[in-house]
Amino acid sequence: MSESDSKDTLEQAEFRQHCRDWLSDNTPAEPSFRLPISALEIMTEEQLKYLKDWQKSAYDAGLVGCDYPLEYGGGGRTNCQRIANEEMHRAKTPYMPNIIGLGMAAPTLLHHGQEELKKHLLPRLLSGEDIWCQGFSEPGSGSDLASVQTFAQRDGDAWIINGHKVWTSLAHFAEWMIILLRTDKTEKHGGLSYFVVPISSALNKGVTVKPLIKMTGETGFNEVLFEDLPVNDGLRLGGLGQGWQVATTTLLHERDAGELVTPRSGGMKNAASHNADTTNLIDLARKAQYNGKPAVQDPLLRDRIMQQLIRETALQENQRRTRVPALLEHPARLQLQNKLLRSEIAQEIAALALEVAGASASLYLGDENAPAGGQWPLAYMSTYGNTIAAGTSEVQRNILGERILSLAKSK
Amino acid sequence: MAQPDDYGFSEEAALLKDSARKFFKSNFPTDKLQKMVADNPDSARVQESNWDKALWQQLLELGWTLLAVPESADGLGLPAVAVAGLVEEAGRAAFPCPLLATLNTTYVLAACGESANAALREIAEGTTATLALTNRTGSWLPEDTEVVVSEGKLNGTAYFVQDARKVDKFLVCARKGTAHSLHWVASDAPGIAVHADAIVDLTRDQAHVGFVDVEADEVCEDGLKALEQAFPAICTMLAADVIGAAEWQLQTTAEYARTRTQFDRPIGFFQAVKHPLVDVMIQIDEAKSLVYNAACAIDHEPQRAAEYAHMAKASASETAAFASSRSVQFHGGIGYTWECYVQLYFKRQKHSQMLWGDAAWHRARLADIVLGEVG
Repeated sequence: MSESDSKDTLEQAEFRQHCRDWLSDNTPAEPSFRLPISALEIMTEEQLKYLKDWQKSAYDAGLVGCDYPLEYGGGGRTNCQRIANEEMHRAKTPYMPNIIGLGMAAPTLLHHGQEELKKHLLPRLLSGEDIWCQGFSEPGSGSDLASVQTFAQRDGDAWIINGHKVWTSLAHFAEWMIILLRTDKTEKHGGLSYFVVPISSALNKGVTVKPLIKMTGETGFNEVLFEDLPVNDGLRLGGLGQGWQVATTTLLHERDAGELVTPRSGGMKNAASHNADTTNLIDLARKAQYNGKPAVQDPLLRDRIMQQLIRETALQENQRRTRVPALLEHPARLQLQNKLLRSEIAQEIAALALEVAGASASLYLGDENAPAGGQWPLAYMSTYGNTIAAGTSEVQRNILGERILSLAKSK
Repeated sequence: MAQPDDYGFSEEAALLKDSARKFFKSNFPTDKLQKMVADNPDSARVQESNWDKALWQQLLELGWTLLAVPESADGLGLPAVAVAGLVEEAGRAAFPCPLLATLNTTYVLAACGESANAALREIAEGTTATLALTNRTGSWLPEDTEVVVSEGKLNGTAYFVQDARKVDKFLVCARKGTAHSLHWVASDAPGIAVHADAIVDLTRDQAHVGFVDVEADEVCEDGLKALEQAFPAICTMLAADVIGAAEWQLQTTAEYARTRTQFDRPIGFFQAVKHPLVDVMIQIDEAKSLVYNAACAIDHEPQRAAEYAHMAKASASETAAFASSRSVQFHGGIGYTWECYVQLYFKRQKHSQMLWGDAAWHRARLADIVLGEVG
């Protein structure tokens, strides 16, 4: 595997050392309670506090928002977030709770926000003091996102919002929401505008958050109802009717195809952060019996495990090759595949793990005989969140076919 | 040893790849290939080996066959990633020539040590060569060779010898008592009979080569060791050829899907066409990333070169099959004809898919490395 630090710039090398030094003393201990698979399933205040404390301390040490300008609370560095992410992962840290803020709201604010708004919102976002959520999908608008109906009615310097957003992860903890609103009913894409709106301060004063329960049994996402919520025009990002263009920035970053590297920590191993990767799959195959022999000795399973190992390695190598322009046929071709491949490969690995587990795949969380504590069925079901959210795999294939292969547009 | 993040793919390598692409594009367009190799669809035709020797001569003068020859034998000793870049472009053009065969032979000779230096010098001077080590059942394990050496003379037959009628020399793996040695011999030496195979692939030739009391120079005592060391490069370079050819298949089919109209729309509008074409692209990109990782490992992480080469060739073999299948299917009726160029790449890719091991074969070997062998 590549040694990630052999080609660092001087700035990156110094910064990497700083990360290592700080992490060696400050990587948090594992909590005594269970953490969910990702920040999108945070359920309790206890989980939230532990994770917010971690993000704040990593931010204070300069490991979060490293590439953002100093005046917006960033580190003012160049291409250092990837270094921090690698080092945080290597140190087996927890993940950060403000995942939507960091991955989507922050780059959108940076590109499209007014100066005052950026100075006010970005530092508290990067530190995790303000949790963010995303109000894009609606009951009638999924893959066809530009058809959203939640309406903002002009009222002097303000807008009055009415409508219904759905699949809103973290809304129950969020201070702020990025939201795509209809400001003109006569045009589809051109009738959209993009705002940031306060959520927690407006709870039960125009905003209602109702939890939804996932097929895994976990909570974490919600529906959010707006009833005559007044929002100041100063909270608009981009021009009136430019909402779709602004949303494109959000979506590119959501799919790991944006300009800025998202601050992302992780790597902490505990029973509950069980990744659908081939390391865990092979571990399972060594323990499980198949036809009376260790599963790892079955020739068909060996072949299928290798298929997954090859694709998982290819995904890592795609990310590496993204940084070598001479080996790219098109500058966006690999980046636009990232989300699709990551979610589908994880799904295939988890699906194969259930087959390797055989009869024991029926045992879920809470059964003392379940392999890996029942995490595999949970991981498998959770992967559907990733192949559906942020543009389904089908939508991703449309985008790739249309943007990279220039095939005729679906719409 | 660790790999550099950019694969060690230098500016020089990028320049080489770019100039190779332009060279083939301007000198060897696909219509020229079709005219050269597909003039006669009769399967009972005499097996010809039509290729553009004048263009090959230009390629020799550009020094492209000595890129992989070590500097100690008067070559350029370029890293494998740079060579892979060239091979990818040759694959994109499906250029019939002994480039891949000569490179493969070069990597084996370079693994032989001092004793093969004279042979390497010949390659540096423009000699072409291919490997002769496969038996009649198509085993990719060189210890299964049917050629025997005794008192300095080769006897037996080597099968599935690539581009045998285009090369000057053979590098033969022969059983010598309980060991296996490598021998360097002119392709027209007395006692050698080259029998052309009637093969599907019109862009390459292949033969079985009979040896009767052929005198040949031994260049390596421990042939299996040298072949084992060079095998990652052999697989990786073929995989590089495959991804270049697959990219041609993708772009040609996408172009057709943009222009061919049915139901009043370009067929690429329909997701039954659009999505599988995207999947072809995804497979190519996975294979390509694995090819450059494997090539980089040859120079920077040799302890894992075999593992990564198995990944690259397994992925490339799957890509060859899928890209070929979709290229014909999405061209519809015209894609099923002799006159449509997709047949040339379809056939080349089916050849490459199995050559030096298909996907399942490589995955089985990868599993032995990663999971341990099954006792």
